[in-house]
Amino acid sequence: MGTVTQTIQAVPINHYILLASLLFTIGVMGVLVRRNAIVIFMSIELMLNAVNILLAAFSAYRGDASGQVFVFFIMAVAAAEVAVGLAIIVMIYRNTRSIDINILNKLKG
Amino acid sequence: MSHSLFYLLSFITLFFALLVVFAKNPIHSALYMVMTFFAITCHYLILNAQFLAIVNFIVYMGAIMVLILFSIMFLNLNQATEPQKSSLLKFAGVISAGLLMLTLVGAIVKTGGGDVPFELIKPDIGLVKNLGKVLFNEFLLPFEIASVLLLSAMVGAVLLAKKDIN
Amino acid sequence: MLKLVGLIPLFPLLGFLINGIANKRMPKAWVGIIGSASIFFSFLISLGIFLSTPNGEVNTFDLFSWINVAGLQIPFSFLVDPLSMIMLLIITGVGFLIHVYSIGYMHHDEGFARYFAYLNLFVFFMLLLVLGSNYAIMFIGWEGVGLCSYLLIGFWFKNTAYNNAAKKAFIMNRIGDLGFLLGLFLIYTTFGTINYKSVMVQAAGFTTGDVTITAIALLLFIGAMGKSAQLPLYTWLPDAMAGPTPVSALIHAATMVTAGIYMIARSSLLYVLSPIAMQTITIVGMLTAIVAAIIALTQTDIKKVLAYSTVSQLGYMFVALGVGSFTGAVFHLMTHAFFKALLFLGAGSVIHAMSGEQDMRNMGGLKKTLPITFLTILIGTLAISGLPPFAGFFSKDEILAATFNYSPVVFSVMAITSVLTAFYMFRMLFLTFYSSFRGSSEQAKHLHESPKNMTIPLIILAVCATFAGFLGLPEVFSEHHLLKSFLAPVFILADAKMFVATPSHTVEYGIMIGSLIAVLAVAYYAFIRYSKKVYLLPQQEEALSVWQKISYNKFYLDEIYFALITNPINKLGAYLHQIVDRAGIDGLVNGAGRLALAGSKRIKTLQTGYTGFYIFAMVLGILFIMLLNFFI
Repeated sequence: MGTVTQTIQAVPINHYILLASLLFTIGVMGVLVRRNAIVIFMSIELMLNAVNILLAAFSAYRGDASGQVFVFFIMAVAAAEVAVGLAIIVMIYRNTRSIDINILNKLKG
Repeated sequence: MSHSLFYLLSFITLFFALLVVFAKNPIHSALYMVMTFFAITCHYLILNAQFLAIVNFIVYMGAIMVLILFSIMFLNLNQATEPQKSSLLKFAGVISAGLLMLTLVGAIVKTGGGDVPFELIKPDIGLVKNLGKVLFNEFLLPFEIASVLLLSAMVGAVLLAKKDIN
Repeated sequence: MLKLVGLIPLFPLLGFLINGIANKRMPKAWVGIIGSASIFFSFLISLGIFLSTPNGEVNTFDLFSWINVAGLQIPFSFLVDPLSMIMLLIITGVGFLIHVYSIGYMHHDEGFARYFAYLNLFVFFMLLLVLGSNYAIMFIGWEGVGLCSYLLIGFWFKNTAYNNAAKKAFIMNRIGDLGFLLGLFLIYTTFGTINYKSVMVQAAGFTTGDVTITAIALLLFIGAMGKSAQLPLYTWLPDAMAGPTPVSALIHAATMVTAGIYMIARSSLLYVLSPIAMQTITIVGMLTAIVAAIIALTQTDIKKVLAYSTVSQLGYMFVALGVGSFTGAVFHLMTHAFFKALLFLGAGSVIHAMSGEQDMRNMGGLKKTLPITFLTILIGTLAISGLPPFAGFFSKDEILAATFNYSPVVFSVMAITSVLTAFYMFRMLFLTFYSSFRGSSEQAKHLHESPKNMTIPLIILAVCATFAGFLGLPEVFSEHHLLKSFLAPVFILADAKMFVATPSHTVEYGIMIGSLIAVLAVAYYAFIRYSKKVYLLPQQEEALSVWQKISYNKFYLDEIYFALITNPINKLGAYLHQIVDRAGIDGLVNGAGRLALAGSKRIKTLQTGYTGFYIFAMVLGILFIMLLNFFI
């Protein structure tokens, strides 16, 4: 535990913020660059995890447990979202035999 | 020594995240994702958020990634059937994400003031016992509602993916 | 008896409601009885009030508080004084006779109940007009009689020409009403009240020739010009002959057109205080009288002759008002009501006998077949020409005497007009009844004297026309001018400010004898021309001489009005409709719509339907907001 305290005290909070931002940006890149629906999903999970890390870091630094509770709820919601999202993707696959998101353009105005 | 653990873990996280995004085969993407989550779990451990680390491990790596892997294999995806965006759009996507990164980093730099390491107030809040106390005292209602949420997600998923018999 | 004054307008209103609502469900006999009985009851009450206040006291009856706002208090109250009593008796008396006459005249018409309903409504409004104790109630009656005039002129509404005549009457009345309203507003701002008594009491304190009073007087006179058909707003009255003849008798001879006279008599003090207004009235009345008389010389329609005669006689009454002889004007109003109603009803009897023919060129020799009609119309003609001892003689003589000292010009014009009046009235008489019948054989077969319910009113009116003159005996004959002493309390304030010089007895005898000789001479000339030689106006326009053309075409006044006023307004309306409304405003509004549509078509392309594109747009949006944060 002593090492933990030392470790944390040595790393400034800015670095954690930077880490979270970079991870988030990579997630955004994944959403924009890929056309496979499931890979896009995974990029969204990346974004969520970036936020999780940031929340947990702030919680540790500020001594407030709410941050970690919030992370806990985000994980619960992410799990639910993945379940439903994948069900939808399966449905789309059944109807269009592909999971290319460019095929889903019926809402074209 | 203490620094380097953090930076090593960060490097692993970002490296595997990039691989997730740029891998051609979706199964490879999923596997790299698992590695990323593993690194993030270690991050939680450094922060002494033990409960979160365990939950992350079980929920994300154990449940979500398994689910994704199952669906990829169910849909029979491989590198051959992978749709590709046109190069222009890929380029535009990368540039926009890069810009986003620049903005965020710039914002962080501008605010400053977070460079100085400071005192830890309560190192024990990440322990299961303490977090459990907080969860069940102050956040009882959201906790219960989260269970309802999961129930509805389950019902929804089953309903959506059911095959029409007629 | 006085307390029943509220019932006087109530009976005709009830008659209107009953006849109007029941319409064709009630048998015609009942309709006629209800319509006439309501007026008869009003007449009885008016008579009772008249007999119970022989000294001409003034009484006010507050019925209910009508308008009660901030500084404006207008109670709904009636004023019973000698002037309103005379008007009440005339309206209800002559009105009752005309109702009885209408039962016979309109017997075959399918709109029988509607006719009586409108007629009762008219009497109701007219009674309100004369009974009101303030200008606002007078205005209610003023507008109401205009409305009923429109309804009754256009009674046979299936004919477009009649509808146009009705519209013309109403619109010209409205032009006058604008003046009346402006005068009303000016009265309120000047005096703070519109009650007759209060206004007159305050007005007595103003100096003669005050500008505000002159403005009020002139504005009210514009209203009178429209309602009483004076130059230039008289062209509606001859066209109003499109309505049934009893309507012309009631409205355009005896009652509605006299509303203007009544109004000016009521406001006598205001007029006496502004000599300019009095002069204007005199000039307008004078011109109207002579112009209308000239036009009547060549008219071939029997009703048109009488219509122009009405306009001319109204001019007489206005001249009387203008020179200050208010009693003379009211006296002439009364006698005119009798003999003009008589003449119109008689003409109606002739038209009825001729199966609807109104052109005098196709009549003639009706003396034998329509004896009672002939006799009564003869009495009416003698009365209007001013032959003693009939009523017209005394009233006309009073007016001529009043104008003699006022101005020789006015006197000579009025004298000439009376000569012309005699001429065209005798012309009408001779063309209709003398020499031989000029109509078709079909008409000759149907010639018959009118039924009793038409001839009895004629006889009663003839009796009135004979003896009514004795109410106003001039000084030369007797010391008691009954009407003058009766009306004295009404004009007391006005007479104090303005003195009307009556000529000496010798001059007055001279005027009387002179007018008598002139009328007899003219009557003889008319006899020769129309009874012996039977000169008829040619049917084609080209055969007329220039003077005949001018007279026959009513001085081309209708054409002038059309060119100057109606046509430009119509063109302006068409222009505004086509260009400003259709192209301009519609274009703007529709253009805005089309602009929105075109714009949306362009922006629609943003909705590609590709989720990737949407996410891309989202990222760009987030970037944009975050960058904004940097710069702001």
